[in-house]
Amino acid sequence: MASKFELNDSSVVVVVGSGAGGGTVANELAQKGVNVVVLEAGARHEIEDFVNDEWGSFSQISWLDKRTTSGSWRVAKDFAGLPAWIVKAVGGSTVHWAGASLRFQEHEFKTKTTYGELAGANLLDWPITLAEMEPFYDRAEDKMGVTGTHGIPRLPGNNNYKVLAAGAKKLGYTDFHTGNMAINSVPRDNRGSCQQIGFCFQGCKSGAKWSTLYTEIPKGEETGHLEVRPNSQVLQVQHNDKGLVTGVLYADKDGKQHVQKARVVCVAGNSIESPRLLLNSASAMFPDGLANSSGQVGKNYMRHMTGSVYAIFDKPVHMYRGTTMAGIVRDEAKLDTKRGFVGGYEMETLSLGIPFMAAFLDPGGWGKSFSSAMEGYDHMAGMWLVGEDMPQETNRITLHASEKDSYGLPIPNVHFDDHPNDVAMREHAFGRGSALYDAVGAKRTLRTPPYPSTHNLGTNRMSAEAKDGVVNKHGQTHDIKNLFVSDGSQFTTGGAENPTLTIVALAIRQAEFIADQMQKKEI
Amino acid sequence: MRQAKLNRRDFLAGTSAVVAGSAMLATAGGILIGPNAAWAIAPQAVTTAEAATLVEMTRALYPHEKLDDAIYAKVVATLDEKAAKDPAMKTMLQAGVAELKAGKWDDLNADAREAALKTIDTTPFFQTVRGECVTGIYNNPDVWKIYGYEGASAELGGYLHRGFDEITWPDQA
Repeated sequence: MASKFELNDSSVVVVVGSGAGGGTVANELAQKGVNVVVLEAGARHEIEDFVNDEWGSFSQISWLDKRTTSGSWRVAKDFAGLPAWIVKAVGGSTVHWAGASLRFQEHEFKTKTTYGELAGANLLDWPITLAEMEPFYDRAEDKMGVTGTHGIPRLPGNNNYKVLAAGAKKLGYTDFHTGNMAINSVPRDNRGSCQQIGFCFQGCKSGAKWSTLYTEIPKGEETGHLEVRPNSQVLQVQHNDKGLVTGVLYADKDGKQHVQKARVVCVAGNSIESPRLLLNSASAMFPDGLANSSGQVGKNYMRHMTGSVYAIFDKPVHMYRGTTMAGIVRDEAKLDTKRGFVGGYEMETLSLGIPFMAAFLDPGGWGKSFSSAMEGYDHMAGMWLVGEDMPQETNRITLHASEKDSYGLPIPNVHFDDHPNDVAMREHAFGRGSALYDAVGAKRTLRTPPYPSTHNLGTNRMSAEAKDGVVNKHGQTHDIKNLFVSDGSQFTTGGAENPTLTIVALAIRQAEFIADQMQKKEI
Repeated sequence: MRQAKLNRRDFLAGTSAVVAGSAMLATAGGILIGPNAAWAIAPQAVTTAEAATLVEMTRALYPHEKLDDAIYAKVVATLDEKAAKDPAMKTMLQAGVAELKAGKWDDLNADAREAALKTIDTTPFFQTVRGECVTGIYNNPDVWKIYGYEGASAELGGYLHRGFDEITWPDQA
């Protein structure tokens, strides 16, 4: 397809990435009449291309470019070359996300104030409050069609949820339901309702689950103000001698390199690629990378405290039928330091098919104990535990000293060590998760260690003061006024909640700011 | 499964011999045949006797009474295929099998085989065979059927009218 906008058109906003952050900010700008070019590293797979096949889909949509890992986290041992389980395709990780859309709690925007000093934790308050975010959360929920908000009915609970709910009740939990999901429970926004297919992680075949691939992006394209270029890997953000960005260098599907000029650049490549791009864009003027006067680019990498509990029962469950994340218990998400840690965690149903269960249940596991657990597959229920992890400066994305990608650029290394608070929270969560299933007669419970990270956060964090972070409250970099970060790497801290709703709300808010600043000729 | 070309000439090419410690049959024509000729593989890189030991090893790694040897033989066929293209892998597989044999593998019962494998679980040989099993066994639709996983559902309309919420026992639990 011929380009809609010329490479030398320096009036456009270039957005790097088309996921929750990039796809949303691009459409929001296009709706306001701003011309936008989205450069997406991955291919454009439409709904009909998705496959109900875990490994087949994994090789179709995952980001599999080489990365290395270091640190004491178990992912570095189990999945040394795959620190993150995210998507390389138009729509980004909204193609494979489960759909959980939760607002942050008020105190989660001010963790330094609330939690106080915690050794080793690089805590910082967000420069925004829940009250400031609420109108944007409202708009994000409406845009995404989140169940349990705006009069949208909740989804029906599947088999896996029934087990979770029964156990939650037995334990005396009160805040549990089928979730706030960006999955249509009734037809809405020209998309049908959920058919309980399962395979939410493999790309929704019915389109009931919100993804920028078939919502924001085509809506933006319809305005005539948005062009998406798939298979376009951005290699460098370029700047002039005034220290303003002027465009990006990218490689197309044939490896041919181009420069797309830009008035504004929004980086939204997820929390590994976004800092990598800023670091790889180092120049004589910015020797430590763009927007890195604080030295915080790539630091404070967060991935949520995670773990899973699977339990085997006497009677069948068939947990894989229906939505992958079919319900939630929120009672443990609150702050209650009597549990021995700060922050909280969510308990959310999760299911994997037999192929992924074999890979993830106990990575490296084998023998009679492992295979007997697999034999209980259709009698198994499962939950994912996801909670706030502590930002640490030493958890970070760095450029590899020697390994290069096919364009000759250093690949990223992802270093992570659990903070003692993360470990204490995981132990508590494993205990409560197991107790929940025991309460409904589990024969056996299994504690599954973290999967490769799906919630990658914090590596270009938001801060009130330029010395503490990379971007301000609008996601605008402190150092370069026409360079923005539009993805989860902006997060100052992670909260207990799945991050997508907050990413979308921030993107809506950012688009307003960018359009306003452009109109005022500030950028 | 990966059914090897088992033709009559191969089958009759030489004297068949029962592989020690199993009901598998290794023919002189280089074919490993399962009980009642339910399956057969024709390894290219390793010998039929070595292939038979690898089949036993994969079963010892992931023992499932309900799974026929054919499932495990398919994993071994994949390993052999890789070894045929990679001399280092071939050497590794053959040396690994030799080490198992030296440990009186044929005389060990299931528990003793698991214990024997435990002593080599950090070796590249062990990890290569184990890694192949994870996808080779559990990404096999024949295995899904046996353990109650129904696979792709979109083309069947999902589970909305096919039991996504059919269980009632949790309410009574």
